[in-house]
Amino acid sequence: MGISPVQSVSAVAEAPPAETFQPLIIALCCNWCSYAGADLAGVSRIQYPPSIRMVRVMCSGMVHPNLVIEALTKGADGVLMCGCHPGDCHYQEGNLKAEKRAEAIRLMLSDFGLEEERFRLEWVSAAEGPRFAQVVRDFTEQVQKLGPSPYRTQ
Amino acid sequence: MIRLEINNQSTEVLEGITLLQAIEKVGVKIPTLCHHKALTPYGACRLCVVEVQAPGRPATVQAACSYQALEGLAVLTHSDRVLRARRIVAELLLARCPEAEPVRRIAMELGVHEPRIRKKNDDCIYCGLCVRMCCERMGRTAVGFSGRGPRKRLEPPFGKHNPICWTCGACDFICPTGKQVSSLTTAKNFLPLSNAFNIGLDSRPAAYIPYPQAVPNKAVLDSTACIHLNYGSCGICQEVCEAKAINYEQKPLATELNVGAIILAPGYEIFDARLTKDLGYGRFPNVITSLEFERILSASGPYSGHVQRPYDQKQPRRIAFLQCVGSRDSERDYCSSVCCMYATKEAIIAKEHLGEGLQCDIFFMDLRAFSKGFEQYYRRAQELGVRYIRSRVPIIKEVPASKNLIVEYLGEHDKRISEEYDLVVLSVGMQPPKEVKALADRFGIELNEFNFCKTSAFTPAQSSREGVYVAGPFVEPKDIPETVMQSSAAAAQALSLLESARGTLIKPKLYPAERDVKQEHPRIGVFVCHCGTNIAGVVKVPEVVEYARTLPDVVYAENNLYTCSNDAQDRIKQKIDEHKLNRVVVASCTPRTHEPLFRNTMAEAGLNPYLFEMANIRDQCSWVHMHQPEEATKKSKDLVRMAIAKSRLLQPLQRQHLKIEKSALVIGGGLSGMTSALSLAGQGYHVYLVEKEKELGGDLRHVYYLLNGENPQDELARIRNEVDRNAKIHVLTNAAIENIEGSIGNFKTRISRNGETTEIVHGVVIVATGAKQYKPKEYLYGQNENVITQRELEARLAAGGEFLKPNGRAKTVVMIQCVGSRDTDHPYCSRVCCADAIKNALKIKQLSPATNVYVLYRDIRTYGFKEGYYTKARQQGVAFVRYDEQRKPEVSQNLKALEVTVFDQTLGMPISISSDLVVLSAGIHPHEENRQIAQFLKVPLNSEGFFLEAHMKLRPVDFMTDGVFLCGTAHSPKTLDESILQAQAASARAATILAKDSIELEGNISHVLDEKCDGCAYCVDTCPYKGITLLEYMWQGSVKKVVQTNDSVCKGCGCCQATCPKDGVQIYGFTLEQIRAQIDAALEVA
Repeated sequence: MGISPVQSVSAVAEAPPAETFQPLIIALCCNWCSYAGADLAGVSRIQYPPSIRMVRVMCSGMVHPNLVIEALTKGADGVLMCGCHPGDCHYQEGNLKAEKRAEAIRLMLSDFGLEEERFRLEWVSAAEGPRFAQVVRDFTEQVQKLGPSPYRTQ
Repeated sequence: MIRLEINNQSTEVLEGITLLQAIEKVGVKIPTLCHHKALTPYGACRLCVVEVQAPGRPATVQAACSYQALEGLAVLTHSDRVLRARRIVAELLLARCPEAEPVRRIAMELGVHEPRIRKKNDDCIYCGLCVRMCCERMGRTAVGFSGRGPRKRLEPPFGKHNPICWTCGACDFICPTGKQVSSLTTAKNFLPLSNAFNIGLDSRPAAYIPYPQAVPNKAVLDSTACIHLNYGSCGICQEVCEAKAINYEQKPLATELNVGAIILAPGYEIFDARLTKDLGYGRFPNVITSLEFERILSASGPYSGHVQRPYDQKQPRRIAFLQCVGSRDSERDYCSSVCCMYATKEAIIAKEHLGEGLQCDIFFMDLRAFSKGFEQYYRRAQELGVRYIRSRVPIIKEVPASKNLIVEYLGEHDKRISEEYDLVVLSVGMQPPKEVKALADRFGIELNEFNFCKTSAFTPAQSSREGVYVAGPFVEPKDIPETVMQSSAAAAQALSLLESARGTLIKPKLYPAERDVKQEHPRIGVFVCHCGTNIAGVVKVPEVVEYARTLPDVVYAENNLYTCSNDAQDRIKQKIDEHKLNRVVVASCTPRTHEPLFRNTMAEAGLNPYLFEMANIRDQCSWVHMHQPEEATKKSKDLVRMAIAKSRLLQPLQRQHLKIEKSALVIGGGLSGMTSALSLAGQGYHVYLVEKEKELGGDLRHVYYLLNGENPQDELARIRNEVDRNAKIHVLTNAAIENIEGSIGNFKTRISRNGETTEIVHGVVIVATGAKQYKPKEYLYGQNENVITQRELEARLAAGGEFLKPNGRAKTVVMIQCVGSRDTDHPYCSRVCCADAIKNALKIKQLSPATNVYVLYRDIRTYGFKEGYYTKARQQGVAFVRYDEQRKPEVSQNLKALEVTVFDQTLGMPISISSDLVVLSAGIHPHEENRQIAQFLKVPLNSEGFFLEAHMKLRPVDFMTDGVFLCGTAHSPKTLDESILQAQAASARAATILAKDSIELEGNISHVLDEKCDGCAYCVDTCPYKGITLLEYMWQGSVKKVVQTNDSVCKGCGCCQATCPKDGVQIYGFTLEQIRAQIDAALEVA
């Protein structure tokens, strides 16, 4: 990017006050679109909160609902699942299958005493670096409002 | 080397460097503002102060940027004394420039929110960056400081604008407060470097990456704008590039290649809209081209996907699209083929972005939605509220105050209408690039009257010179799928020509034998990359390495300046050997670009390449948390821990090899099937050409002449003859396919023929089953012998057109378009009928100029060069009468006399034509048999019953099922030349498989854990590749069920894994256990 260190600060993240709770979010991103979108956010130096820990999967359709529930019941404050926009799936319709499973996941969450808002499914394309950062920002804020997961031990 | 202590840690650094460099080297970050590594240290801002103690002397506070690192120094970077000093400095800076972003950020980080002293609201902090930049790097002295103390000022020499400033803008660029320093030095306006990728809607630097997805994704220097290349000064990029990748000496290099065939694909240019002066492009800022609007809509465009007009960044509420700008006019008597649909697409996307309230009006002449799926898309646009106005807009005026635009046009009944829009988008047409003439001369090929490449209907990918093939809009304006088809077709031609030389230049790469590590306990090596300063500038890499060493099973960890460099690969191999590593984790950038490189290194070291895992600490840590080094470092450790957790569970995977049966089955012996067969045989493969009828030829048998005068029957005879004579083509006529089983590389097909059944094995399948002509039920077809189809008319005309002769009765011929197309039952356009009707109309006029010909149409869709024949037909007196879908023509008979009544939309009144002959342009419909072939091959059909390709735009001849390809009218209605192109394309795609002796399957594919699978078969339906089958068998007296996966079709999407309630089916490399390990590791508290 620019040669000057002062150039890069144009997209500075709002550092939250120290006392705000820093959530830990598991992000499951598909290799072809959303992981690439996250890469583009990086290449474009778009700043977002350091709340997510990303797990690369080949397709959002490969994420077993149990993985999401397990992550949340083991103490993750939120789970973000990202896939390709409808029609863009590398494997035809894996993302649509993920969407159906997301409905099931949301239904299950209440059984575990968890808010539905701790889970989110989003479509991010490989060209949508800014959108990826925005999704992380929004979801982090949303989870912050909910507070720490009731399953969190520390 | 000298030795000193930084924060109580002893370290060795090079002699002569500054303290700041030494501190950065050990990974400690301190704030700086006036420092820039390309400029001499200045010590102006004092933010980098540290506590320095020389041996035997008291500790003092010094600016690290301008203090030399000396032997024996003890340095504290974050002591209370230092932080106190920094806070005071930050407070003073904040009071001077409270609005400057970097000052605010640094102050916030130091805990200073509001200065206690009076704010000065200045825009200069006297850091001297601009002064040093101008003098040291640009070799100018256009700006400097005058006065001292409180009277110190930033000024140009003598306080005046001065010619010494060459308006390079470096001062503005480097100013941390955003001050327009250049306004002091010059009155000139800057000319920004226009960013070609965004059609000049924004600017770019002189050193830049052309666009986010550029391949290779590397920076280039604009030699016309680079200060160094033009004036010898600057040179900053070379100094700061840690990879030493910048070479100013590089010159264009001429390379000589020995080739046997050439494919020309120079693309197209858009029409220069400035030439249509009345439309105001270039004069009115809110008149833009469609390509500019395309960029505005794009997320990677100049406004990050926010739809706004260039003039004032206002969101438009009313947009007008003007079609046929630079197409279908007196100079360019051709249709650009793509504009109707891209305007429709842009209108829909704009509405998606801005909501229902946005009004999109498309001004058009004929709406040419002729390709597969386009008619439905056009209907959807109408449902979404896109308004289509049939009128060619002659002039646009601007409202000076608002810069809005007035569009004046003739509406229905020739009423003059004037409407105001916020934005006007000109749908500019395609034209050949300017340089094609020189290109054509150099290659000795002919161009047509519009400077597109000249080709013939039966060799549509070949130029006038043998061995020179052509593809894309260089030949004729065309859309993406047609371009992709033609490119593959050109490749097929080249492959046939070079058949004897194929593979002769390939040198296979040899790898050492793989070490068997299955029984070994994991021994993990971790390599953490600095990526120059890309990672290490934010993340404390040494700390991450130290942390990795503490994790279980990690036996080795180190950091590298660039882990992807050649010497680092050698080092990884050496460490694998030295420490008997059996897993490698690299923490660097994205696996999407670098995994293949490291996997290759693994293989070169004798390890299975799948025992490798990456942690992306650059794209996910240092680049996106640039101002939170602590957090970024913590997250990097987490990502490394997650990668290590997964790597422990990695298993060596073997990519299976599948032997390829080097022959093809082509289903359908029409033009497409024969062309595919000839092309494949030309490339050296055996072909089984299966035709259900008793002879080859298909629909081509009924085509007697073409618009351009070529004789298709001669061509048919030639092609049939070539097929017959080719020893590699095995023709099976009168044949029916009974069954097809198997998959890519190894299909088995049972064919019954004259009561006998034969079985053939083949590696690929090409579906070329064609389509059929609709048999009309309307307009008295079949009831009156003078109501015929275009095909029947063509046969009669080819036979001499007796019915037209003076003693024949046909004085008036009426053609009705869209019979069995574009209606509720067949909601698609049959693509060829408009041109066919015009072809036959011209033939009638040729044989009997006095005969009246009427063509009743809805839109004339003569795309590309067919437009010229439409013009010719009108010139020769063929009457075109437009009717509306809601008011279809009516045909009645009185005894034998035919009367056609139609409501003329242009005249706005019904007209009645006594007709001797009514010709119906019957649509093209899919065969019912498609359904069975689709079932055999496990490939889909679309809602109309045509075969559905893998991707409408980018993979028009592939199916999602590997090894099966598609061409001709089985795909969608198309013309002869388009069928030939797609058939050749299918053969090229098929040859990518047949050229190999075996294919390597994916490693990360699905496998069944038999002990867990209870045969519930939930996974069977979810598999998009139909790669899972349920097996039932008797075991110890009871029925047992289990699923089985087909390795050769599995792509590893993992839908099965997510569906299985028993963890009984998993994807190698992404098993539930492995993903779970990563998640668990993330949730461990570091």
